[in-house]
Amino acid sequence: MSRGLKLTLLLALPLAGFLALLGLLWQGLGRDPSLLPSALIDRPLPAFRLAALGEPGRFISQDDLKGKPALLNVWATWCPTCRAEHEMLRSLAAQGVTIYGVNYKDDPTKAVQWLKDLGNPYTLNIDDQSGQLGIDLGVYGAPETFILDARGVIRYRHVGAVDEQVWREVLEPRLKLLQGGQG
Amino acid sequence: MRRWLPLLLALLAPPALAAIDAEHRFDDPAQEARYRDLIAELRCPKCQNQNIADSNAPLAQDLRQKVYDMMQAGRSDQEIVDYLVARYGDFVRYRPPLRADTWLLWFGPFAAIGAAALGVALWLHSRAQRTRPALDEHARQRLAELLRQHDEDSR
Amino acid sequence: MLPEIGQFTLLLAIANAALLGTLPLLGAARGDGRLMTVARPLAAGQFAFVGLAFLCLALAFVDNDFSVAYVANNSNTQLPLWYRITAVWGGHEGSMLLWSLILAGWTLAVALASAALPRELLARVLGVMGLISLGFLLFLQLTSNPFARNLPFFPLDGRDLNPLLQDFGLIVHPPMLYMGYVGFSVAFAFVVAALLSGRLDSAWARWSRPWTTAAWCFLTLGIALGSWWAYYELGWGGWWFWDPVENASFMPWLLGTALIHSLAATEKRGVFRAWTVLLAIATFSLSVLGTFLVRSGVLTSVHAFANDPERGLFILTLLALISGGALTLLVLRAHVIRSEGEFAPLSRESGLLANNLLLVGGCAVVFTGTLFPLAVDVLNLGKLSVGPPYFNTLFVPLALVLLAVLGVGPLLRWKRDSAGRLWRPLAPWLAAAGVLGLTLPSLVGAEFRWLVSLSLALVLWVLFSSLQDLRERLEHRSRPWYSAWHLPRAYKGMLLAHLGLAVTVTGVALTSHYSVERDVRLILEQSVQIGPYRFRLDALENADGPNYTATRARIEVRDGADRIVRLMTPEKRLYTVQQMPMTEVALAPGLLRDLYVALGEPLDQRSWAVRIYYKPFVRWLWLGALLMAAGGLLALLDPRYRLARRRATVAAGGSANVARA
Repeated sequence: MSRGLKLTLLLALPLAGFLALLGLLWQGLGRDPSLLPSALIDRPLPAFRLAALGEPGRFISQDDLKGKPALLNVWATWCPTCRAEHEMLRSLAAQGVTIYGVNYKDDPTKAVQWLKDLGNPYTLNIDDQSGQLGIDLGVYGAPETFILDARGVIRYRHVGAVDEQVWREVLEPRLKLLQGGQG
Repeated sequence: MRRWLPLLLALLAPPALAAIDAEHRFDDPAQEARYRDLIAELRCPKCQNQNIADSNAPLAQDLRQKVYDMMQAGRSDQEIVDYLVARYGDFVRYRPPLRADTWLLWFGPFAAIGAAALGVALWLHSRAQRTRPALDEHARQRLAELLRQHDEDSR
Repeated sequence: MLPEIGQFTLLLAIANAALLGTLPLLGAARGDGRLMTVARPLAAGQFAFVGLAFLCLALAFVDNDFSVAYVANNSNTQLPLWYRITAVWGGHEGSMLLWSLILAGWTLAVALASAALPRELLARVLGVMGLISLGFLLFLQLTSNPFARNLPFFPLDGRDLNPLLQDFGLIVHPPMLYMGYVGFSVAFAFVVAALLSGRLDSAWARWSRPWTTAAWCFLTLGIALGSWWAYYELGWGGWWFWDPVENASFMPWLLGTALIHSLAATEKRGVFRAWTVLLAIATFSLSVLGTFLVRSGVLTSVHAFANDPERGLFILTLLALISGGALTLLVLRAHVIRSEGEFAPLSRESGLLANNLLLVGGCAVVFTGTLFPLAVDVLNLGKLSVGPPYFNTLFVPLALVLLAVLGVGPLLRWKRDSAGRLWRPLAPWLAAAGVLGLTLPSLVGAEFRWLVSLSLALVLWVLFSSLQDLRERLEHRSRPWYSAWHLPRAYKGMLLAHLGLAVTVTGVALTSHYSVERDVRLILEQSVQIGPYRFRLDALENADGPNYTATRARIEVRDGADRIVRLMTPEKRLYTVQQMPMTEVALAPGLLRDLYVALGEPLDQRSWAVRIYYKPFVRWLWLGALLMAAGGLLALLDPRYRLARRRATVAAGGSANVARA
């Protein structure tokens, strides 16, 4: 091989590397680097035993959330986005979707008042004042919405508000699939 | 609604002020140093690019508390990191694990440097081979002699 | 009215850049002298138009013209005048305008200083810079117009400048950084011009050397300022976080440093031509890549601008055109590149090769660590973080090997050297450095850390071998001090820059291992012992400013002999417009140690959470960077460059005559 050709081939390497880099950066555009997938996908719900919100004597455990596919929504009164999605959750509950709530690091009195004022879409509401369940679920910012299957296994997590679009494009198809598998 | 959401989140973003945390104390300075090193290597999942030692975000405070509690309970660094990785994924550690999918990260740069060094060495060697016949041993001795004479003359 | 004038001059600048980017290149390709001569006046016009646009934006800030959206987003009537002016580059749009202004400034400087360059080469260099300018001005106009209006309903007052930016460090940091980034475009333009002409001899290396060194000096200062800012602002107390934004500025610095060294070999000995060309392209490409990383939102960083994929796409396209174009041109012209000089495996040339290998290797580490999380994410393999533990593990060994090589490198002779000649005088120095490195920490009563000892030994090795080199150079001179003063400036500059690196490494090693860092509860009229000092909280008082409210603590510091060393007054501020809390660190700087106090939160009426640091030798970090920049400046002033220019004129004139005949 002549010296010139060798150098040409050698210098083609950086160009090839550069094109690969362009491809990578191109793919990276528009992605949200701060969005974190759950580490708990396809794992059973972490074990817990916590009081029901507003009913300090009654305890809820992971077994109470089994039986049918459902949404598990992490919310708090200090979280403005939770207020923004609340109406959507209510309409979902009205359509028959089972929604369990985790009241995350909140003041129970305020939380109970909030449900009175805005309506209660939750079948069950877990009072996680210490935030331990939040840590076990890998919650990093309320609101978060998990999809559980009938055996209480976490199948998906959505971070941020649930709105019409998120429900239609992201949550509903996945929930349907689980319900279909069950039926 | 989706359009104003990012704006809202931006307004709510916690200020990037350093966390100054005087509460988590250890009697043993070695333990305290261990605690500091550990929380410096753990990333706050909520924040921009910050560790839980520097971040003031509520989640970082909770995780500091968790690490502190686990240390007080006698857990090892590995156990604490595993605990958090099981919940938040590999994102939570600033020291990526050594696995098949991170070999490129950990060994790639040094492999490239090694390969380049080897390539350069071979290149230099082949050049040295090529240039050597230009002067045979006799000629080189003669040249050295001339140079020496020249040096002495110029003094 | 002023914003309209600004907008108009921006459009003129775009038109001007379009002309500058085409006519001279066309002229050079066709050998049309008239088209080539327009390059210099167009370069002047470029600077005038962008400068006017910049001035108009600055005046809009001074006038509090909140009908301009950018002003409304980044200023406020209560903001002091000084900060209103510097707020011009406090956000994305204005900082890109500053970028363009600096690019126009470098273009003008090349046009003014290179009157002696061959006409064709100058036309091509200015033409390439015009094209780059065109790209960034279009980016400004189409995606980030700083003159966009808030009409008809504009706010009565602005949203204020981010309080983080209301600080001296951050006022000078971006211009310095951009001077560095953009300055590398000159070397890039010289390379592309040489590739276009097909004449890849060593001439372009000689011409681009001083420009590269100048850009490198600015970048060095810019990075040092950023690091200094991070140290005292916000109470972090760290000086380097391996954040993507820091890495984005560090990568071009590493490659730029490699480029300075390989340019020396290419200029003096005609070797490594293809490699040097590649480095020049890569250095400027990484500067543009840095701009992309900071402004596109592909990476999370503490310092990133408001992110926008659309802007990201535009910069990515620019990057593809600029670097892709140059790299393609390089492949097409590879056959004309001929390296000349022969050299032996042990020679100055191979020393510089080792230097390049290590610096580029260091850049590869930073590059891999910065982009790996993005690659993993794009390939849907999950999310992971790469942080300081990774970078320190991989980068520190490379840096130490670099220091070891640096000890011998400058003593090596061009072409061929012998190990025996080097070894005899250096061996005792090496032994001395090793022994001192091992014992020095213990002698001053510090704990033994092998990494500190190794670093100190290598630092001393660089120092001693430099002294040995000086001694050899001055051995037979009758007046050594006089001769030392009159050594070539390029040589003195090199020495200074290398010692600067040694000083920085000393600072890094000592402050990383011997700092005492405590977050404590400090109670009124009580004290706490940190390192060799006692800190006593004397009083808490109000200290409100023009656009903030504040609490100030008065903390008295006494040394071991109970003498008052310093009264430190850290503040905790709340900027009222953005409701943003800020902490103003109190510093007691010193050559041998810094004391650092930052206020956290009040714990009750009489006590605060306070961060107190005792940081030995932390100043050496930035002092070393200053020395490096000063060394670069000194090398830049070497009269050789002026002579080289004159000689080049004669040579070029000669060859032109031959061509005509």
